[in-house]
Amino acid sequence: METLSERNYLNEPRGWKSWIFTLDHKRIGVMYLIAIMASFLLGGVFAMLIRMELLHFGGKHLMGAQTYNQVFTLHGAIMIFLFIIPSIPAALGNFVLPQMLGAKDVAFPRLNLASFYIYVFGALFAVYSMSTGAVDTGWTFYTPYSTTTNTSVISMTLGVLILGFSSIFTGINFIVTVHKLRLPGMTWYKMPLFVWSLYATAIIQVLATPILGITLILLMLERTFGIGIFDPAMGGDPVLYQHFFWFYSHPAVYIMILPAMGIISELIPVFSRRKIFGYKAIAFSSLAIAFVSFLVWGHHMFVSGQSQYAAMIFSFLTFLVAIPSGIKIFNWLATLYKGSISLAVPMLYSLSFLFLFTIGGLTGMFLGALATDVHLHDTYFVVAHFHYVMMGGTVMAFLGGLHYWWPKIWGRMYSEFWARISAVLVFLGFNITFFTQFILGAKGMPRRYYNYLDQYQPLHAYSTYGSWILALGFIIMAVYLIHSLVKGRRAPDNPWQSLGLEWTNSSPPPPENFTVTPKLTHGPYDYDKIVSGDSTG
Amino acid sequence: MILDTTGSLFLPPGHSTFSGEVDSLFNFILYASAVFLAIVVFGIIFFVLRYRRRPKEGVVTGPTHSTALEIIWSVIPTILVIIVFFWGFRLYLKMSIPPKDALEIKVTGQKWFWTFDYPNGANTLNELVVPVGKPVKLLMSSRDVIHGFYIPDFRIKMDVVPNRYTITWFEAVQTGVFNIFCTQYCGKGHSEMIAKVKVLGEREYNDWLISGTKAGEGMSLEDFGAKLYVSRACVTCHSVDGTANVGPSLKMIFGHQVKLADGSSVSADENYIRESILNPQARIVAGYQSVMPTFQGILNDRELDALIAYIKSLK
Repeated sequence: METLSERNYLNEPRGWKSWIFTLDHKRIGVMYLIAIMASFLLGGVFAMLIRMELLHFGGKHLMGAQTYNQVFTLHGAIMIFLFIIPSIPAALGNFVLPQMLGAKDVAFPRLNLASFYIYVFGALFAVYSMSTGAVDTGWTFYTPYSTTTNTSVISMTLGVLILGFSSIFTGINFIVTVHKLRLPGMTWYKMPLFVWSLYATAIIQVLATPILGITLILLMLERTFGIGIFDPAMGGDPVLYQHFFWFYSHPAVYIMILPAMGIISELIPVFSRRKIFGYKAIAFSSLAIAFVSFLVWGHHMFVSGQSQYAAMIFSFLTFLVAIPSGIKIFNWLATLYKGSISLAVPMLYSLSFLFLFTIGGLTGMFLGALATDVHLHDTYFVVAHFHYVMMGGTVMAFLGGLHYWWPKIWGRMYSEFWARISAVLVFLGFNITFFTQFILGAKGMPRRYYNYLDQYQPLHAYSTYGSWILALGFIIMAVYLIHSLVKGRRAPDNPWQSLGLEWTNSSPPPPENFTVTPKLTHGPYDYDKIVSGDSTG
Repeated sequence: MILDTTGSLFLPPGHSTFSGEVDSLFNFILYASAVFLAIVVFGIIFFVLRYRRRPKEGVVTGPTHSTALEIIWSVIPTILVIIVFFWGFRLYLKMSIPPKDALEIKVTGQKWFWTFDYPNGANTLNELVVPVGKPVKLLMSSRDVIHGFYIPDFRIKMDVVPNRYTITWFEAVQTGVFNIFCTQYCGKGHSEMIAKVKVLGEREYNDWLISGTKAGEGMSLEDFGAKLYVSRACVTCHSVDGTANVGPSLKMIFGHQVKLADGSSVSADENYIRESILNPQARIVAGYQSVMPTFQGILNDRELDALIAYIKSLK
């Protein structure tokens, strides 16, 4: 086994204290990575329990109705608040953003460390609520159910409130870092597209997250003191909560997907050795999506009793989001044209993303159109749709990015063979699990059901079998990634021959990122300007 | 079976006046999506095969920008989504505004059953009875949390909210029995909140309306009670086979001592059962939450007698 002898951020400084008090964005990124992977594992275990229960094989139940309601609530809350929202920005973004800008660190290293500990603190509150009777409201905490159920809603929402601060701090840090710490000569149009997307994301994080905080505080006050803002018996409006909640949570969907789009915009040029097609269109479509994301929340409420006029406006604005998203997909596709395409594992995940996110986006049309949404709302069609967007989109991009930057983070290579097997299993398992749910939903199967009519059993069974394939893919991934840390081949500094600035230093990078100040000789995707002689993939 | 023999791959058969129109829009989006997805999939496969990386490859150049192309792929989707938007909106308006002459039925949702009140004073639980070929307007409200009223076969859905009325309507095009689901998560019994809509011919409907208030005639009390146990939604929370559900099972409780939440116990006689139906919070059985709604004003004396007779029979 080769050892990493030269000095790098992993081995210098030494000692556990140097890690927990570190101000190095790379170490904070790594700690975030470990924390969110643990959250993903926990959320994944709950997902498997849900699917096992819904198998209903021979009419058998795995758990009672109350437990089931708690399990799907925890699955949703953990995956959204503890995993997907922080996954790309806080873990991968933290690690690479300053390096992509040629900077030594983020603008506020102490704030960065604080945001990590706030995340851990919030996560502990959320996990604590499980041990005190869990929560059975669904991850959206809709009133008046959430103000009347006797489960531990307060500690869960308090956890989410705290997590919100972590998200805001990361956002502020990234905005200032992008404005202030770019390498001299790196104009806005020379920034990597991942940076653009993290920037657009950070704007949403800073502007939208406080609304969630306020909403959750109102919910806690309502529950504790009965202030009557949502309680109809006291003149409150139970639907008002939904407006507040989605005013944050719809933009939050873009907090989840924009960074994913950024990663895809990095990976496709590298593994096609092609300059990205339509750089400015991609950059501006990120900002356009961030802007429009604030104006579409009402599309979650087409059947809530809101006025038809409001429904019309929200439906129209929702369709506007389709356009920049479509533009991005065509741009990525066009980047493949006349490329030199390597099917290395990050590229497999990028192509998975293209396919799954396209389905996720297109099925959004069924839900954005008012008349069809009436039939599909709150059914498994919606469940399938957002899993295609969030898991097929964000998680695939996260995995692509994780495999792409893995050698940069650890200085080691994983097994390409097992990684490909795992990627194929994840892709197949995902589609079997969730495509089935489009059919289930269109046929009328409502979501959040512990029991269901027999006519839906076969499709539920297919979905559960798919989840086993998916889980197998993830287990293999965990094994080869952990194996690579111990016995992995020593990674070259730039295994993918990428032009990204983060690959100009050593892998793993030195503590100060760059031993000599990097010079900007070309744009991030100028593969046409350099002579290549590689044979990767 | 993935392929249902009665419907399309995706949708169940439709049985209301606008289900066909909703399905047309659904299918239009489906076909448009299929074309779009095919372009992406074909593009990926073709490019990956055609431009696979070969060893010792030189500089790769290709177009990095094409105004014409970018306009085309912005404008075509824009036109498409505008068509879908207007189509969806027009149909939604039609689905939202009931005709003036519609038959009005009051729907009440509560944990975890539906009550339907008809213009002549009749009421049913978990079974909505409507005439075929006549528009039916549903005026809906909830007694506790938000519920969702959904009839997949009619393609209608509307949330049912406490302290306000929401409206939906439909016109069934054929007789039959169809499912009603609750689609807004409402707690432990959410998935048990399944009701039926029974579409009758106009004559049968009128006959039913007249006899509806005199249900149970010519049946023994015990049989009538068994029927009420299902139709009045007791079945949602109380099993008759001994399994504990949201509420205690009714099997073999009559005449036995029941342990109460306050530590005392009571003999489950006629008076206790009657009290538990009319004033459920009075004496809660140990180990259960106090969530049962009152049936005061919903069940008449004969119905209460019948239910007690039925519970007595559960040995």
